[in-house]
Amino acid sequence: MILNSQIPGGPLAEKWTKHKFDLKLVNPSNKRKYDIIVVGTGLAGASASASLAELGYNVQAFSYHESPRRAHSIAAQGGINAAKNYPNDGDSIFRLFYDTIKGGDYRSREANVYRLAEISNNIIDQCVAQGIPFAREYGGLLDNRSFGGAQVSRTFYARGQTGQQLLLGAYSALVRQMKTGKVKFHPRHEMLDLVLIDGEAKGIVTRNLITGEIQSHAANAVVLATGGYGNAFFLSTNAMASNVTAAWRAHKKGAFFANPCITQIHPTCIPVASSHQSKLTLMSESLRNDGRVWVPKKMGDKRHPSEISEDERDYYLERLYPSFGNLVPRDVASRRAKEMCDRGHGVGETGLAVFLDFADAIARMGKDTVTQKYGNLFDMYKQITGENPYETPMRIYPAVHYTMGGLWVDYNLMSTTPGLYILGEANFSDHGANRLGASALMQGLADGYFVIPYTIGDYLSGKLGESISTEHRAFAETESDVKSRIDTLISVNGNRTVDDIHKELGLILWENVGMAKNKAGLEKAIESIPKLQNEFWNNVKITGTADELNPELEKAGRLADFLELGELMARDALNREESCGGHFREEHQTEENEARRNDEEFSYVAAWEYKGKGNPAKLHKEELVFENVALTTRSYK
Amino acid sequence: MRVMLKVWRQNNSKSQGVFEMYPVKNISGDMSFFEMMDMLNDRLVLDGKTPIAFDHDCREGICGTCGLFINGRTHGSLRGITTCQLHMRSFKDGETIVVEPWRAKAFPVIKDLIVDRSSFDRIMEAGGYVSIKTGGTPDANAIPIPKINVDEAMDAASCIGCGACVATCKNSSAMLFVGAKVSQYALLPQGQPEARERVLNMVAVMDEEGFGSCTNTGACEVECPKEISLEHIARMNREFLKANIS
Repeated sequence: MILNSQIPGGPLAEKWTKHKFDLKLVNPSNKRKYDIIVVGTGLAGASASASLAELGYNVQAFSYHESPRRAHSIAAQGGINAAKNYPNDGDSIFRLFYDTIKGGDYRSREANVYRLAEISNNIIDQCVAQGIPFAREYGGLLDNRSFGGAQVSRTFYARGQTGQQLLLGAYSALVRQMKTGKVKFHPRHEMLDLVLIDGEAKGIVTRNLITGEIQSHAANAVVLATGGYGNAFFLSTNAMASNVTAAWRAHKKGAFFANPCITQIHPTCIPVASSHQSKLTLMSESLRNDGRVWVPKKMGDKRHPSEISEDERDYYLERLYPSFGNLVPRDVASRRAKEMCDRGHGVGETGLAVFLDFADAIARMGKDTVTQKYGNLFDMYKQITGENPYETPMRIYPAVHYTMGGLWVDYNLMSTTPGLYILGEANFSDHGANRLGASALMQGLADGYFVIPYTIGDYLSGKLGESISTEHRAFAETESDVKSRIDTLISVNGNRTVDDIHKELGLILWENVGMAKNKAGLEKAIESIPKLQNEFWNNVKITGTADELNPELEKAGRLADFLELGELMARDALNREESCGGHFREEHQTEENEARRNDEEFSYVAAWEYKGKGNPAKLHKEELVFENVALTTRSYK
Repeated sequence: MRVMLKVWRQNNSKSQGVFEMYPVKNISGDMSFFEMMDMLNDRLVLDGKTPIAFDHDCREGICGTCGLFINGRTHGSLRGITTCQLHMRSFKDGETIVVEPWRAKAFPVIKDLIVDRSSFDRIMEAGGYVSIKTGGTPDANAIPIPKINVDEAMDAASCIGCGACVATCKNSSAMLFVGAKVSQYALLPQGQPEARERVLNMVAVMDEEGFGSCTNTGACEVECPKEISLEHIARMNREFLKANIS
């Protein structure tokens, strides 16, 4: 199979406009004849469900949460980018495009990223019209702040709760459609498999998380907006329930998985305190606007930071990158923090942390201004660590945050399975090898509000009159597979809890497929993960039954998929013999320890095809073509 | 440290619930309350017992999924946090901790400590939005909005919909939840065209769902993890009055 990205021809700036014209339309009175399933109701899923319903399609929306408002999009703190150029500082659609391509270390598609930059402005208009209280200046106009990887201020924000406000905005649009009946929402329903009819996505099988009932749902097309898979690492900034199951089930039914090894490790998280830790908490990157990152110059210096004088401190980001300073992209900031700690300059009890210091910011702007900008983040830090960041510098360390990899999609956001669309973090599309801050919200909403409503019609228009019923035997077969898998899980009755095995997988991935990877480590992971899969299927213990609310059973099903994904992540990382963005192979670095890309051999998207249990996945390559930007070594110096 | 947990166990919405006692030891003060519960649940699983079901997700205080009634206080006794942000350092060694679900007619128990808060979604469906479609919106800076209004709207909009206000209220009133949403839109020009219908419809559904009346005790404001002010209830009352006489 040759991957066809469906990128339209013509000049970059005209591609999307031209493409929208070329896409086939479904006439307004025919839209109500189509059913669309949307799985996931975060930013991408809620915005898609609402927008598709507004157009007239019948939408069935599914979430394992009790309400769409619980999705983890809600936790995004810092902001959302747009090329409005309100601050008059030289921004433009092309500059946002360029920064995103460069920030992604030239491993994303030009056409997709340009479209994203183009749409970014519509998103802000949409959100303001919904009544989202973005921060404003005294004159009543919108305020912007700067973020990593950019030298302009283009980030719109609502205190440190931008994701919450955008999600509640999308949720408000969604509940409005729920009220009209155009969206039927299924809360606490988890998708456990995809149903194919003649090779096309025509439904899903779900488990009702309260009653345990396995149900089939049919539609003319299926949209997955099910988020990222950072929880494969066990410890991450993701919510506890975030998982790869829907995407992985789709992968096993034929959808290719792209760049699974490319994970974003976010530089500003609260360090791990103990082995009981269940998740890591992110401190918004916006803190790097005013906070200064440093470590003691002396190795193993355990003095209180207040006792370490200015000339004994190494503000290493400002030293290494004078022009971007503390605002270098996330991958660079994370790797440098790890390097400082590996060299013995780490702080705190574990030595796995660096300081993020606000003393200068407080002296410059006053405590009140700092409180106004970052108050809730400071409170959160204090609550978790018991330390007051107004007085003592924060301690931060990188943590798994976002997965750039995901199901492969073409320009229309359709996967390699016809009729199956992937939106938001669940797809691989726009961030290349590294996502810039404040770009996840932008992409999720772009996909949901402004891309899928156009592109899905092109597929559906060819399906007029198609009637899909759950009576089709494909549904019964899939249901039976799902049930037997659940029965097998419950019947193992071994000696280890789900979390115990998950922590072991997390450790393997963090050490070998995390911030810095090498051949030996990856080979070790590829050897040890299948053993752990075996351990899981023979020794996991789940109590309770399948026909009741059973959180352990839910976790077990998700872990089973993470275990398979983990192996693919390691294989993908081993294959990619280069360093790019969030993917850092120790063998491929410059003398200054910067990532060394290999554009000759690896300027492609690695899309993996599932080849059945026990067989290695097959690699397909989508070559990336750059016509509008020159591939350069990223420099933030 | 060690604690004794006295936890509400209830199989499903139909069954009777009971308190059960669980001693938990080897707790570190840096563990969150839920990490302590995770540890207990792992032990229960290994003992072949059913772990305690509780709702939680982001574990950073923003998703609004979690909510336990701990020693008679919603989200525990600290102000301005959710249950997931509660750490064991807030408890005394040897303490008995009573853990219950939210209790309100409009929040029926699903299992153990998990309740059904879909009534909140239905209130939102009645008017918690501006009726615009995707696309065709004016430029975001077309309408200047005074910073002071936006800041106050943001105070209201920071509600996470956890239901602590209802659980703590002796009348199980949802006025703070509804007031926050009505107030957010009342403070913004975007909310004006539908202001009247919004407040009338949301209040009507709130009543239908079985939430009680507000008697201005202010417990909700004290217990709200986002410290949302009673002033938003007052603003909703003004909006409601205005809607009824206009």
